[in-house]
Amino acid sequence: MLSSLFLILMLLIITGFMLGRRRAAFVGTSNEVKMHSLAGYHGWFVAAWVGIPSFLLVLLWLLFQGPVIDWLLVGSLPPERVEGLELGQLDLLVSEIKSIAAGNVFGEPDAMVVAAAERYNRWYAIANWAMFALAISIALAGIVFARSRVSPRFRARNNVEWIMSGLMIACSLIAILTTLGIVVSLLYESLRFFDKVPLIEFLTGLNWEPQIPIREGQVTAGGAFGAIPVFTGTLLIALIAMAVATPVGLYAAVYLTEYASSRFRAVIKPLLEILAGIPTVVYGFFAVLVIAPAMRNFGVAIGIDIAPNSALAAGAVMGIMLIPFISSLSDDAIAAVPQAMRDGSYGLGATKGETITKVLLPAALPGIMGGVLLATSRAIGETMIVVMAAGIIASLTLNPLEPVTTVTVQIVTLLIGDTEFDNPKTLAAFALGLVLFLVTLLLNVIALRIVQKYREQYE
Amino acid sequence: MSDTTAQGGELSSPHDWGSAAAKRRVRRRYAADRRLQAYGLGAIGLAVLLLGVLFASLIFSGYVAFTTTKVALNIYLDPSLIDSSNPGAANYRKLTRGAFFAYFPDVTSASEKRELGKILSSGAPYVVRDYVVEHPDEIGKEVKIYVPLSDPYDQLNKGVIPREIDALTSDRIALFKILTKRGVIHVDAGKGTVLVDVYVNPGDIPDGNLEAGDYQRMVAEAFRAFFPHALTLTYEELLAEDAAEALKAHVIANPGDVGKTIQFKVPLSAHYDSLARTGEAKMRNPRFASARDFEWFDSLKERGVLSSPFTWELFVNSDSRFPELAGLAGALTGSFFALLVCFLLSFPVGIATALYLEEFAPKNRFSQLIEVNINNLAAVPSVVFGLLGLAVFLNIFGLPRSAPLVGGMVLSLMTLPTIIVATRAALKAVPPSIREAAYGVGASKHQVMMHHVLPLAMPGILTGTIIGLAQALGETAPLLLIGMNAFIPSIENMGLLQPATALPTQIFSWADSPERGFVSRTSAAILVLLAFLVTMNAIAVYVRQRIERKW
Repeated sequence: MLSSLFLILMLLIITGFMLGRRRAAFVGTSNEVKMHSLAGYHGWFVAAWVGIPSFLLVLLWLLFQGPVIDWLLVGSLPPERVEGLELGQLDLLVSEIKSIAAGNVFGEPDAMVVAAAERYNRWYAIANWAMFALAISIALAGIVFARSRVSPRFRARNNVEWIMSGLMIACSLIAILTTLGIVVSLLYESLRFFDKVPLIEFLTGLNWEPQIPIREGQVTAGGAFGAIPVFTGTLLIALIAMAVATPVGLYAAVYLTEYASSRFRAVIKPLLEILAGIPTVVYGFFAVLVIAPAMRNFGVAIGIDIAPNSALAAGAVMGIMLIPFISSLSDDAIAAVPQAMRDGSYGLGATKGETITKVLLPAALPGIMGGVLLATSRAIGETMIVVMAAGIIASLTLNPLEPVTTVTVQIVTLLIGDTEFDNPKTLAAFALGLVLFLVTLLLNVIALRIVQKYREQYE
Repeated sequence: MSDTTAQGGELSSPHDWGSAAAKRRVRRRYAADRRLQAYGLGAIGLAVLLLGVLFASLIFSGYVAFTTTKVALNIYLDPSLIDSSNPGAANYRKLTRGAFFAYFPDVTSASEKRELGKILSSGAPYVVRDYVVEHPDEIGKEVKIYVPLSDPYDQLNKGVIPREIDALTSDRIALFKILTKRGVIHVDAGKGTVLVDVYVNPGDIPDGNLEAGDYQRMVAEAFRAFFPHALTLTYEELLAEDAAEALKAHVIANPGDVGKTIQFKVPLSAHYDSLARTGEAKMRNPRFASARDFEWFDSLKERGVLSSPFTWELFVNSDSRFPELAGLAGALTGSFFALLVCFLLSFPVGIATALYLEEFAPKNRFSQLIEVNINNLAAVPSVVFGLLGLAVFLNIFGLPRSAPLVGGMVLSLMTLPTIIVATRAALKAVPPSIREAAYGVGASKHQVMMHHVLPLAMPGILTGTIIGLAQALGETAPLLLIGMNAFIPSIENMGLLQPATALPTQIFSWADSPERGFVSRTSAAILVLLAFLVTMNAIAVYVRQRIERKW
């Protein structure tokens, strides 16, 4: 249905373009006056009038059709059945009706629900046909209207360019809308979460057990949402990752910028960049397949018990992932130090090593710091490595040999599988997401500030 | 250099650069220089080594998944069993198993047959069915069909899993070594024992009735004195089941020991006994039910009916609960749809945004806001995009869960910044002379852009787009959150709105599966993913180096 509608609309757009161009060519040859715009622009003008309104209509229709029909459906239910129901129970009823409407009948649904399901299906069919008819009539009206505008004096090119500018601005707005969407959706769900769990408990509680009671009066699984263990776990793993990535990345950058021959550089840099291009799910599997067992065996050999999903293994593998990140940013920072400073240092008789440690690194420090902060923000937001290699249970420990969990692991484990949007377990993921978003944003802003400030010094 | 300035006050006389101290200083400074160089080289070496280990381990564990162990069956396609007008409906399970059992005429009992049947993959009958459906003219003939073995035997044939595994964990063996060092482990008459001081507690022998004594408790007490911190489990596992019986027999034979502490050799349990006698404790791999499994397998092997050819099954089959049948067709299709949506959305939108920001936008707060937002989007963790998709696309817009359409939409938001940055760079690289020439012949600004600048920038834009799509192909977390990790056993009726899985999420699901066969499948899937990424990046490099114009 939908795809055939799109197909018909595409055909109508092409037809509109052809009609507009033919008409313009006809008017152009049969008239004494020279056309203002080339025939093609008239064609584009018609095509835009066919395509844009009808596609906008379909888009808006699709966006609002679901909520509107749901609203109608709830309104049409017998009031004695709806009254006194809590929001969750109402949602349950609506989803039962929908699943019956989709043809999944389990057991003996009662007559009211079956009737509602029939209504639901009927309304959907009506809505679909209405959309179909309306979209095509708007497209046809567009053809008729736009084609009637074709005349020698009509500034079709200017109009088309004006429309294109509008489209470009609309596309640019998507970036703003996305950010807005992230902020609003995270805030909205987080506020719903903080309605159920106080903000103070979330930020200062030491106990993270996001299990919710399955039935009334279950005492054991009350659900505790103190996120401190989750935060400490995230920081611990990020710290380990940075402890691996920073020295290795920095030394690699120093060697590549100052010591390596250009041929060595040409071979090694792409190799390091391969590390950056490997998807994180691959690193996660690498941690599970190679690094964690290797660490465990090593631990057994020297008599230490290392958990199979220890923070150390996850952090180390994340560090490997971040090596090229640090090395390329440090590389840029070191290479940006003016040649004059190098020359001055060599002129005083310093060795290469002394020039690097006493002149270049201090001068490049802001850039390197910026890179380290960016990498830290990556480490905090990194998901797949920790989902596969770190723990799920939140334990408040700084021992890198024990499993810890992270914000991203919790987000994924809380949301994987079926999600109902009204329990604190699901909403907790959004609260964690909000914290994650704010922290990474802050780190990035600071990092960019440092890097920009540093650049101003030399340019 | 700092050394010379520190001695500034003494420099009234010319400094002796040839003195031993000065030479030593210079040597030290150069040694420090070489050390730094070595650290740098070491860091690079470590990174490259890790890269090598990563690839080597993936290839080593993944290459076996490109082959499937198969057994050749001579199946008589009995026309009385297969209806030639509807060849898909016959009982192929019976047919396949019958042909397989023909290799083992001596296996007759139902329970043994059930055990034997486990050697064949559960998908074997479908292979036969597909063959017959494809060759209906061969009904009534005897045909040779290669059908896959089930996972444990597949792995056994490839040498991935051993027949015997260590029965004891390494810390248990370490414990045993400590005991041996203490000299309490003895081997008497082919039987391993441990020598402990047992206090034959009269309190545990009610009314002096030696038969009814609680010898279990005495042995336990003896071990508690021996290992004050060990768990009960540890020594219960160490001792033979008849340890208490042995003590009982001893006490009955020597009633005088009651109330005394005696040195008693307690027999060890089977695994520790074997460890004491032979130095190792092995047990049958628990994935095989009995030793007969190996006999059957070996006899198949001796007859030469087993083969493990390279197969395309990894690419042709869809997902399955059985690792020997699981393939990537569903994941590849899902990834294709998601990337298609991602491309269709992010390519035009990215170009339009970049064109607007680079060429049309006035330098005001509004365009600055857009730029800040784009930079911000590039830095947002991918899992947050998943949350956005979940809350907005699924919850508010009501789009179907697990659909490639939603996956592609989320991925396109992540790809946009890459494409925008690449497009802006490509637009900047087009020299002003092109624009000026176009303006000079009277083109409008839009015409300059559309007819001249954009086509010239296109190779650069394509490079950026391909790199962006390659990143999107490997992205996992946002797809997990919108549920694009569905179990897809068949690629029929896959579409933009149907549940789907993608290559990286398939890797994640397989990595989570307990069966041993999925380890190699996961590695193989990763190799496929990496092959796609390498190809895409190679195309990007090719476009950049060959097609992109250098001005």
